[in-house]
Amino acid sequence: MIAIIDYNAGNLRSVERALRHLGLECRITRDRSEILAAERVIFPGVGAAGRAMDTIIAYGIDTVIGEVVELKTPFLGICLGTQIILEKSEEDSAQCLGIIGGMARKFPRMGEKIPHMGWNTLKVRADHPVLRGLDPDAQFYFVHSYYPDPSEKGDVIAETFYGISFASVLGRGNVVATQFHPEKSGRPGLKILENFSRWNGKM
Amino acid sequence: MLSKRIIICLDVREGKTTKGIKFMGNVDIGDPVSMAKQYYEQGVDELVFYDITASHEKRDIMIDVVDKVAQNIFIPFSVGGGIRSLDDMYRALDAGAEKISVNSAAVLNPDIIAQGARQFGNQCIVLGMDAKQVEKSRKIPSGYEVVINGGRTPMGIDALAWALEAQDLGAGEICLNSIDADGTNEGYELRLTALISHSVGIPVIASGGAGKPEHLRDVFIEADADAALIASMVHYGWYTLKDIKTYLKAQGIPVRDVI
Repeated sequence: MIAIIDYNAGNLRSVERALRHLGLECRITRDRSEILAAERVIFPGVGAAGRAMDTIIAYGIDTVIGEVVELKTPFLGICLGTQIILEKSEEDSAQCLGIIGGMARKFPRMGEKIPHMGWNTLKVRADHPVLRGLDPDAQFYFVHSYYPDPSEKGDVIAETFYGISFASVLGRGNVVATQFHPEKSGRPGLKILENFSRWNGKM
Repeated sequence: MLSKRIIICLDVREGKTTKGIKFMGNVDIGDPVSMAKQYYEQGVDELVFYDITASHEKRDIMIDVVDKVAQNIFIPFSVGGGIRSLDDMYRALDAGAEKISVNSAAVLNPDIIAQGARQFGNQCIVLGMDAKQVEKSRKIPSGYEVVINGGRTPMGIDALAWALEAQDLGAGEICLNSIDADGTNEGYELRLTALISHSVGIPVIASGGAGKPEHLRDVFIEADADAALIASMVHYGWYTLKDIKTYLKAQGIPVRDVI
């Protein structure tokens, strides 16, 4: 069973629908024991970092995520979920979970529209089981105004260019995280979710 | 590199897709769920469902359509038409829409944009704007006026000023429809699109007037639209999405390949 962590984030049901479409068993939950017992955990998110962190702390999800990472359970962060596993965010100056070193930064004003909204490609920097079998030209759906900036280069699995090059897929041990929305990225996005459902949590 | 998006608009009335010419005489052309599925398979980047159901009681049919669409397609889609409250927004998003488009309701009550953006995030709120060319005046310095009710009611508001205000209120995107070009199939209103797209810092979807792939090229290259809305040219089978994307790619415009 895949647990989708429930903290009132907007795209929980989209992730659930995509997993169901793939025939994967999943449950939207904030129950500690259910999350810890899950074979895999997805941490989605839409919205602002500060408000999301307030909710996460109020529900005690911060400590649960820490335990999931310790247990080596395969863990997938999506969009805001990817930003708040970093140490902090420039958005609302939020203190985040610190699962991966680094921070979420605001896109610099360089004539590009913000949010970065639409379909973009990945430049894969490190082989990762969750990205296997994808066409190199495959595009993914992004919508965000802040981008992940991990402090360790080794945590960058793929990069995307939008005015600047930023880390669009992060990975460390049993944690993998995408800035784009695999659940809204058509066939290649579904492929990533399928790969995740088979991943043993090792890079 | 970010691709230019091609968005197909489906007008839905009481659960059926229709296509109107100048907002008059709509004819039923199909089932929105199966059409959405087909366009998804063919590689559309995004879809918009515009609810033109007149009676408020029958609006639940639309939520049912949204729910069915969301179970079948895995790309973003938005819902517009008749969204007046946070509750309307919540219902559409919960049923699976990625974004909601507010049009007349936002003109009459701009605060709905701010409320929606606070509640659901800026990226969820699209300002739908119908604009019509008028004589430049002190009140309408851009020469484009905001209109509602399918162009029948001029609001005395400058289109450029309204776009900037909506951005400040928290809209994450603007879908800009030219009432003059809409239904003509003779091309987008390039001057209006360029004016708005160059003035705001959020993405702009050009709408109204698309009849052939060259029109999309023009609006992307000459007016810097971030996305282009199309309807008749694909609904009536004049072109396939593949025709359009192949043409745009040959013109050097970044588009998403269907893989």
